[in-house]
Amino acid sequence: MTLSALIIDITLWGSVAVLGFMAWRRGRVVLVSSMREGSMDFINIMPRIALGVIGSGYIAAVIPPEVITGWLGPDSGWFGVLTAVIAGAATPGGPVVGFSIGAVALKVGGGPPQVIAYVVAWALFAFQRMILWEIPFMPARFVWFRAAVSVPFPFLAAAIAMAIGKP
Amino acid sequence: MIVIGALVAICAALVWRRDGIDGVLNILTHDLWLFGEILPRVLAGCLLGAFIAEILPHEKVSRSLGPESGLKGLLIGTAFGAILPGGPFTAYPVAAALLTVGADFGATIAMVVSWTLIGYGRAVAWELPILGTDFTLWRIVISLPIPVLAGALGRFVFVRVYPKGEPPRS
Repeated sequence: MTLSALIIDITLWGSVAVLGFMAWRRGRVVLVSSMREGSMDFINIMPRIALGVIGSGYIAAVIPPEVITGWLGPDSGWFGVLTAVIAGAATPGGPVVGFSIGAVALKVGGGPPQVIAYVVAWALFAFQRMILWEIPFMPARFVWFRAAVSVPFPFLAAAIAMAIGKP
Repeated sequence: MIVIGALVAICAALVWRRDGIDGVLNILTHDLWLFGEILPRVLAGCLLGAFIAEILPHEKVSRSLGPESGLKGLLIGTAFGAILPGGPFTAYPVAAALLTVGADFGATIAMVVSWTLIGYGRAVAWELPILGTDFTLWRIVISLPIPVLAGALGRFVFVRVYPKGEPPRS
């Protein structure tokens, strides 16, 4: 287990303990009922997380990384922004993969606004995070709503980057 | 979930055609391992969400994060998303709990988008070392207005899609 994973687990279970203590101070009944509630949520969500983890592994396996890098190509106009956004949503894997692809694109001459759009689109729409986390935990209607209203923003980010000439 | 199940089945079939049964089993064992690793965190996230739903006073939440909370509600959502520790296993259960205790779609969208775009966890751990300080800082500065704008757009669309204020439950 790496150090960062350890820190995450400590803060996570620490927060659980603090909030559990706060619930306990309101009475044992409150603590017990919210723990039962949380455990039921956990049991209900487990199959969906299982499908998400195992499923996204297969989806990731059929998306070749060259395709993603190809979409983040040297086109420096709005078409390049559009392909960068699609590439961001289609990027499989965790943050290391997403950011590394962005770094490679910068190195081989991709435009910073396009890479900004890519990173923002990845943060907003990466399919693996949506399938694995957002869809199991949130009401389905919220997820589609959130994704739909987020669509303009990678383009806005690219526009701001072009306007201020940074990074 | 049915759509996702079908998509997964298609992709697994493609992997099987390309790599044979070994390829399919390789991915399966790797992912089962990963599943075992994240399960405790999912449990922690669910408990966190349940405690928050229990502790937070519903009336106060719907006043400060509800449909009538205005810009202030979107700003609170954004700030909350930016400082929330942990990963997706905390962000989404907490966001779901906020919805249950009276936050509206707008404020919750601001929170989720803020967590994913300006949350410090991922930026410090991965983006800084891989993409460099200059890029990361500018990326965050450019992203700063996005959570509030996304939340405002969410509210704007929501009242038009559900004019009668249909309860946001699936």
